[in-house]
Parts: sequence; C-alpha cells; structure tokens
Amino acid sequence: MAVITYRQALHDTLREEMLSDENVFLIGEEIGVFEGSYKITAGLLEEFGEKRVRDTPIAEEGFVGAAVGAAMLGLRPVVELMTINFSLLALDQIVNHAAKIYGMFGGQSNAPMVLRTPGGGGQQLGATHSQNIELYYAFVPGLKVVAPSTPADARALLKASLADNDPVLFLENLALYNTKGEVPDELPPAEIGKAGVTRPGSDITIIGYSRMATVATQVADQLGEEGISAEVIDLRSLRPLDRETLVDSVRKTGCAVIAEDDWLTYGIGAEIAASISDGAFDYLDAPVRRVAAAEVPLPYAKPLERAALPSAESLHTAVRQTLDAVGHRR
Amino acid sequence: MTEIHMPRLSDTMEEGVISTWRKQVGDQINRGDVVADIETDKAVMEMEAYDDGVLEKILIGAGETVPIGVPIGIMGDGSGAAAAAGASGGDSDGSAAGSATTGSNPESDSPGSAATEPAAPRSAGSAESDAGPRERPKASPLARAVAREKGVDLSTVTGTGPGGRIIRVDIEAAAEAKTATESPQQSAAESHRAERSEPQQQNEDLEEIPLSNIRKVTARRLTESKQQAPHFYLTSAVDVTDLVSFRSDLNERLQASGGPKVSVNDLVVKACATALRANPSVNVSFRDEKLFQHKRVHLGVAVALDSGLVVPVIPDADRKSVSEIAAEGKEKVERARDGKLKPDEMSGSTFSVSNLGMFGIEEFSAVINPPEAAILAVGATREEVQVRDGEFAVRKMMRMTLSADHRAVDGAVGAVFMQQLTSLLQDPIRIIA
Amino acid sequence: MAETATRSKSATSGSKGRRSGTRSGGNRVQQRQENTALASESPEALRDYFRQMSLVRRFEERAAQGYTQAKIGGYCHLNLGEEATVVGLMSALRRSDYLFTNYREHGYALAKGIEPGKVMAELYGRTTGTSKGLGGSMHMFDTEVGLLGGYGIVGGQIPLATGAALAIDYRGGDEVVLCQMGDGTTNIGAFHESMNIAALWNLPVVFVVVNNYLGMGTTVDMSSAESELYKRAVAYRMHGERVDGNDVVAVREAAGRLVEHARKTGQPAMLEAVSHRMKGHSVVDPAKYRSPEDAEAAREADPVAAFRSQLISAGVLDEDGAAEIERTVQADVDAAVAFADDSPHPDPATLFDYTYATPVANDSRRLPADPVF
Repeated sequence: MAVITYRQALHDTLREEMLSDENVFLIGEEIGVFEGSYKITAGLLEEFGEKRVRDTPIAEEGFVGAAVGAAMLGLRPVVELMTINFSLLALDQIVNHAAKIYGMFGGQSNAPMVLRTPGGGGQQLGATHSQNIELYYAFVPGLKVVAPSTPADARALLKASLADNDPVLFLENLALYNTKGEVPDELPPAEIGKAGVTRPGSDITIIGYSRMATVATQVADQLGEEGISAEVIDLRSLRPLDRETLVDSVRKTGCAVIAEDDWLTYGIGAEIAASISDGAFDYLDAPVRRVAAAEVPLPYAKPLERAALPSAESLHTAVRQTLDAVGHRR
Repeated sequence: MTEIHMPRLSDTMEEGVISTWRKQVGDQINRGDVVADIETDKAVMEMEAYDDGVLEKILIGAGETVPIGVPIGIMGDGSGAAAAAGASGGDSDGSAAGSATTGSNPESDSPGSAATEPAAPRSAGSAESDAGPRERPKASPLARAVAREKGVDLSTVTGTGPGGRIIRVDIEAAAEAKTATESPQQSAAESHRAERSEPQQQNEDLEEIPLSNIRKVTARRLTESKQQAPHFYLTSAVDVTDLVSFRSDLNERLQASGGPKVSVNDLVVKACATALRANPSVNVSFRDEKLFQHKRVHLGVAVALDSGLVVPVIPDADRKSVSEIAAEGKEKVERARDGKLKPDEMSGSTFSVSNLGMFGIEEFSAVINPPEAAILAVGATREEVQVRDGEFAVRKMMRMTLSADHRAVDGAVGAVFMQQLTSLLQDPIRIIA
Repeated sequence: MAETATRSKSATSGSKGRRSGTRSGGNRVQQRQENTALASESPEALRDYFRQMSLVRRFEERAAQGYTQAKIGGYCHLNLGEEATVVGLMSALRRSDYLFTNYREHGYALAKGIEPGKVMAELYGRTTGTSKGLGGSMHMFDTEVGLLGGYGIVGGQIPLATGAALAIDYRGGDEVVLCQMGDGTTNIGAFHESMNIAALWNLPVVFVVVNNYLGMGTTVDMSSAESELYKRAVAYRMHGERVDGNDVVAVREAAGRLVEHARKTGQPAMLEAVSHRMKGHSVVDPAKYRSPEDAEAAREADPVAAFRSQLISAGVLDEDGAAEIERTVQADVDAAVAFADDSPHPDPATLFDYTYATPVANDSRRLPADPVF
C-alpha cells in the first residue's frame, strides 16, 4: 500500500501496461519530448522509445482517427487528448467512427483504445479550456466513459479500460492530478459500468463523479460532524450508468443531491435525476437537487470563475436545504 | 408478363404521382428506356425500364397518386396475354386501383354504415360531477407511499415541508396519532413492550395520550427553538397602577360608545408593538446562519387551549389602535377555540406575548417561538409595597420577562427594549398616543 | 531539393490541363487509350477485368432496381461509370492488403473479392450480408478480403486508413493500405491531417481520389482552389499523380506501382483517378444540375462499353465471348438477388448483440416503450 498522487497512479499504470503488452502504445500531443502537458507520461519516451510513445502533430482528428484505425488492426492505443476541450476537434472520429466500428459492421471489427483526457475548470483558463463536456461522449452507445476520482480508482479503471475491447473515454480532471490517496499494491481492475458507495449513510444520498465525487466525500465528512449521515455515491462510470446503485440508495434515504462540474441543463445530473424518478419515485420525500456550474462561458476573472463553479460550500447548502425540506431533525 | 410498379425514387417517398406516361400501350420498351415521369415528394424523376418488352396495359393513369410498389402498368411480349392475365388477376389490380386517391370512399356515402351508435349518457349525479374541484394535497411521493401503506388520508394531514408540502414525518405523526386514537391502551402497551420490555403490571399505570397535531407541531418547533436558539432572559417589574386605572377609564368610554373592552394584555400587546417599532433590532429573525430584519410588526398572542398552545397573529399591530387589537384578538381567540383559525392566521408573527397572569403566576420565562427572536412572558398584577419618594406605597406591580435569541439580539439591545416598554406601560397615555 | 523537384515533375507529367467550368475528360480518355499498352497484361487478366467491370455494372443496375422496389433502404450510391477505376485499383491489391472506402463502395466490395450475394444481402439488410445487415449500402465490411469498411462520413475513412498503416508499420508487416475517397473529400481537414501524418511517419498507405468532378452537385472547380487534386500531395512532400480513371489498365498500372512502392519503402502516395459518374449522386438524384453536354459526355465515356470494344478490336475477346461473359455476370447477379431475397431478416432479439465487444455491467437493453425501472 502506497500513498501516491493521481498523476503517479496514471503514470505507473501506463508504464506497467506497456511493459506487459507490446500492443499498448501512447499517442498524443507533447507526450514524448515534452513529457506530457500534465506530465503523466514523464520518462516513458526515454524508456520505451518513439514507437511506443508517439508525439503527434496538432491534428486531433488525424491522430485520434489513426488510433482508431490502429486499434482495428489489434493494437491498443492510449490516446492523450491534452484537455477534453480539444476532443471536440476529434468528435467525428470518436462519435462517428470509434463508437460505431463494432456495431456498424456486425461485430467483425472493434476499436480497443483508451482516450485519456482531463476536464475541469477553476484554473483561470477561461471559457475554452475549462469545460466539462464528458456528456457528449456519455451520450453515445458504443463508447464507454469512466471518470475516476481517486488515485486507486484511476489505477483500477485504467487497467480495466486497457483490458477492454471497446473504445473507452477515460475522464481525468486538472484539479485531481495532485490529489493523493492510498493505492493498494495488488489492485484488481475495476468493473466498468459500476458505481461505488464511497460513504455509507442513511439521511441523504449525494451523487458525484470525478472531482465532484471527492468534494462530495468532503462534504459528507463535514455533515457527519454535524450529525448528518450522508451516503456518497461515486458514479465512476458514466456509460454505462449504474442506475441500480443510485436507486437503491435513494430508496433508503428518500432524498438526493447531485454534484456535477458540468452545466445543469441537459447535464449528467439531469439523467441521474430522471433515473431516480424512474426507479425511486415513491421513495422521494423532496425533489432531487442538482449542484452544477452556472450556465455561462466560464470567465477568466477569479471572483467570476469562483462564483460559477460548484464547490463544497454550495453542495453543503443544497444538502442542508434538502434535509430541511424532508423535516430532518426539525 | 412483368408488372411495372410505382418505384421508390426518394429516400422519404411513400407514394408517387404519375406525371406522364412516356410510352403508350403497344409501344416497344427497351431496358433503360424512360417509361414514365414520376413526381416524388422531392422531384420529378424519370422511371426507366429494367426489362425489354411491350407496354400492354396502363393500370394507373397520369395524374393519379399511388403508394410505392403498386402495379401501374403491365409489360408483355405484345400478344396481350399479359394484360389479360393481369386484369383477371382481379383482387390485386382492383385494390391497387382502389387505393388511388382519386376515387371516392364508398363507405362514407353508405347510409347507416357510420358508427354513430349513441354513447350511453353519463349517469346523472356521478361522483365526478357532484364533487366540486378538490384541491390535491401537496405531498412528496414518499409521503404518499407511506400514507397509502399506513392508511392515512392526506386531506387530514397538515404539511410541514416547503410550501406546506406533506412529507414523510407528517404522515408518520398522523399515523401514530391515528393508531393511538383507535386503540390507545393496546398501542401504548405495545410500544412499551417493544421499547422497554417492562412488566405488564407497570404499564397499566401509564397511558399514552394521542398527540394532537397542534401539540406535535408545538413540540417540534419549541424543541428546535430551545436547542438551537441560545436564550437569555431579562425581567422587569412594572408599576401598572396607572395602567389599570387608565384601562378602567378607557373601558368606560369605549363601553359608552359600544366598543369592546380592552384587557391589560391588549395594552401590553400594543405597547410591545410600539416599542418594537422604536427598537427594530428586536424585530428580527435568525435563520440558516442569516439575520433577517422584519419591516413590519406582527404580534403573536399565545393562547392556551385544551388541545394545546395556539398563537393567533395580529398583523401590523403597531399601526392598529388598542381597541382594534382587542377586537381582533378576541375574535381570533374565539375562532382558535373552535379550531377555525386558518394556518396563515397563526403564522408570520415577528414577536410574541404570552400571559399567564390570570393564573396568578408572578413571573415566568417563555420559550421563543421560532423564527421570532424574542417573546415576552407577562405575569400577574399584584399589589405590593413599594418605596416611592422615600415612602412606602401600595402599588400594583406586574413582572414581565423577555426571552431573547442571543444569536440575533444582544443583551443591551434587549434591555433598552424592556426599558422603553416599561416606560410606556407606566405612562399609559403614551400607548394610545 | 532534388527529391522535391522529382516529385513536382512527376506530378506535372500527369496534368493535362484544367479547364474551368466544364470538364475536359474526353480528351484524356483518347490520349490514354493511345498510350495504354494492352500487351502489358495477359489476355486472361484483361478478360477478367472485363468480367469484373461487367459485374459491377450489372450489379449496380440491379441495386438501383432493388432500391426502386423498396427492397433496399436508406441511401444508395452507385459505382456506375467508375467500373474501370474500381477494377483497376482492386486488381493492384493483394488479398491481404487493406482497403478503406467511402460510401460509394459496392463495386469495391465485389472487386476486392466478396461474393455478390453477400453484398446484395447487405443492401437488402439481411443477416447474410457483409455486415449482417447492420451496415447497409454505405457500410460494407469483410475482414477476410481486407475490406475494412465503407464509411458514410466524408473523409472519415482517411484517418482510419492512416492508422491501419501505422499498425502495419508498428508490427513490421508487408501489407499496404489503399484509402479511396471522392474529389470533394480533398477539402476536408481529415484529409490534410492524415496526409501530413502519413508522410511524416512514412506509413504504407496509398490515398486514391476518384475524381468524377462532382461532389453531389458541386463541381471540383466550385469547391477546390487547386482543382488538379493530385497536386495537393506536394504540400506534404508526398508523391502525387493523375491517371485516366476510365482506363482500367492505366489505373491498374499506376495503382500497382504506388502500392508496391509503399510496400517496399513504407512511403505513402496519392493517386487521382479521373472518371465519370454516369448517374446522379445516388439512385434518387435526377442530376438536373448537369449540363446535357456533360451528361452526354459521361454516357459516351462509358468505360465498360469502351473496354469491350477495345478488347474485341485487339482480338482478346470476340462478340460471342463478350456476350458469354455478360450472360455469366447476369446469372451471378440474378443469383445474388435471389440469395438476398431468400436470406432472413435480422431478429429484433439480436438488437443489442453488437453494441459492445466486451460485455459490460449495466449496459442498457431497453426498447423505446420500456420503462427504465
């Protein structure tokens, strides 16, 4: 058991997978000589050479598509898209191609590949470099989308994604790279499509993923000190979505708050809220609340950026208000 | 023979119009020849022949519309046999022709065929027509589910959730009350067995009394108040000798003009309202870590009923005369006794007055009625020996205690309020000034 | 510099001038026919080209018919008029070489070696089709013959083909990728990104632009600032050349040369095959935007008829031999239609069988009217 950063967990797992499978190679912008925009791939070019760690031109559509084509021939590319914002330049290759290869040709081919990319705002990167648009991919059958929030999950889900024969969008987050956590030495791959109950509780359900899952556990700890037993669910997988786990929890607690970094309207939380309505309607004692980003192109100035993004405080407020609405300890 | 069918010539086409026949009956047709122009939903397209032959029959004429796949003509070797076979094909040709939209629908012309059997008239006095528009009680899905399970009628439950929504706790309280009413002994016995496993004998000394809704709400709100609001208490002794005689004078005059009698409490209420207007820092609420200033002064007057404590509210008491306060208070208390006070007439107060003087209680301290920040507890009026100007004097004295929420009101602020209130009550003409 | 110059020269030699407004293909056809040496190919090979071209022609005619009969759904883009290009290109590939195409690919599927019945069955949406009925006209696929897909999004196949070449290079294989596309595709970003990547990384892929001068109704002159499309390769220091797409032997020769060069050196190349689209963009397009002269030129340039007479006049084939081949092809196509018609439709119970290659927890199997819980 070691306590390492999320970044280190990704780096170590990539390295191990490259050592164990010749077909695994890394491809993306600035991943080799520059050692990665966020240094996930530091040292790997030196260790594995240019064939396995391939720096690309700034041509997202071209190199993501090339990775799909290579995957169709049995290689296992791990693509790094510098941020999820740039994935839009490869949208056609991801949505119209990677996601369709298996189904469109009647299962004759498939695209076993991992698209690693960080989302997230809060670093004063402005409107085009701060988005949380994983929804675009979570919407598409044929893709799998995972969103680890801890170093251990990052490792377990990256292993699972590399073992998978389908294209997996692996969502990272700028704010998580430096976070630390325990990572067991012998960690089995996670199961894609499964959410995790990261804090059991009985008074209220808080649902999050990626950065907001860690915020949710912080808030749950604080609520614990206030005498509130909050259950936290980390979605981990956005597609498929583990509705059972969500619904089971809300059937127990009777109320839920969703924490998401993306925009509220049509966001991931909207699907979760709808699922809760589908599966736990008769168990709801208050409307499902969503804590989500303000619906603006994210401004640069710090006070505006801070006002727009969800936080532990905003989540705490929404949880307390929901607890009030169900007459908790009144 | 080969049938020529209405071709599909657009990805959204469902039917086509024969624009023109380029070939006539008897014409030789070679593969690739244009046989007809077909108007689709998008364009006029040329229909080419896929086979060689002679056009023997045109089934669908120019200008007519048919769905794709319907035979529109027949090709053969020129002998006419194909056309004959096609014609004797009967049904398929007939139905194809019939489906052309130029034909009239025989069914609609045929008398008596229309399905006009009159629907049975609705029986008079059906439940729906009798019952007026009934408001659906606002309740959470969970509350509804629990109500179904426990057999609680939602219309009998007062909701305590946001906007009066009935929530689970309301149903559970209602269900407990109902169970207790239906078989109090049994339920009391059962609950105690369950909770403590005490011997049967002891239980007979104890009987559970079903909680009224008023008592349940009171219990919850006052518990919350006493747990959350740090109370502090300020007591003043008021010389009400002048107030009492002032009241007698006032009542004599009011009676003469047919007005209602005014009680000492009415004067206290009015004095409180005046003092609150002068000391807005007491007319506040502390809620959700926030301090709110009330811009209007609504006085709650606590009244003890058999079913529990109710607090009718006199809105804008600072802007009403004493006699108006007296009349309104009397009317509301009467309705409260009859259980006819509406919920909104019992909420929204910004300060409350509780008076136990009629029971001879000298002084007491009250629990703040949230979300108010203070409540005044008024004791009995008694004659006491007081020192006045260095001499003993018998004066009518009344003690009153302010309970204040220290999160919202500081000690000195409360003290100034009490000072002004005392001063008003000791110089009663200023109360009606 | 010397290398660049060589490339430029090579590119220019294929250029016979661009004329704005109307195409100038007719002249090139004649020039090519004069230049083409039938003798470079065996009579058996030439007869087989004719057979395959006739097969594509007859198959596509039947596909059009099947579409009008509503046996075939969706879009239906035909290779009519492009038979020489299709057969010439495919004859330059080994069975183990990979092919990526756009959505106008029935002929390529046939010429790469897929049974006509399987291709027709795919058009009919049957389980026996090349993609089990899940793909349709635009999405043929067959691992055995190396057809790695027809793709419906213009330009979408180009990055994929480049990636397949990357995989070959990664493993040190000797296969080559041929990536077919239309003229309009050379204006899309994916084309330029992929050309750059292929040249940069030395990947064994030959990009073939079938230039029929029409992207739906938009001409090359309307859409491409450089309408001599093969010249675009120069920007990537890639070899580019133009060939008469109506001349099967010329196409075969040029494609074979570039494919073998890629196989040997790993260097990519671009080939522009100038040809005609005889009909509309798809079966349902009346092509009213074409001038009568242009349409007439396309009919006159009919590569199948031209090759037939060429073979007869060269003595490779006589009239009876040609008719015999046509009868065989007709029978093959009839059999393909019968096979497709007799094949089963996919069972709706199989709807969820091909969403994921690796089964996954909580995969949705909900039909539209089903509740979520």
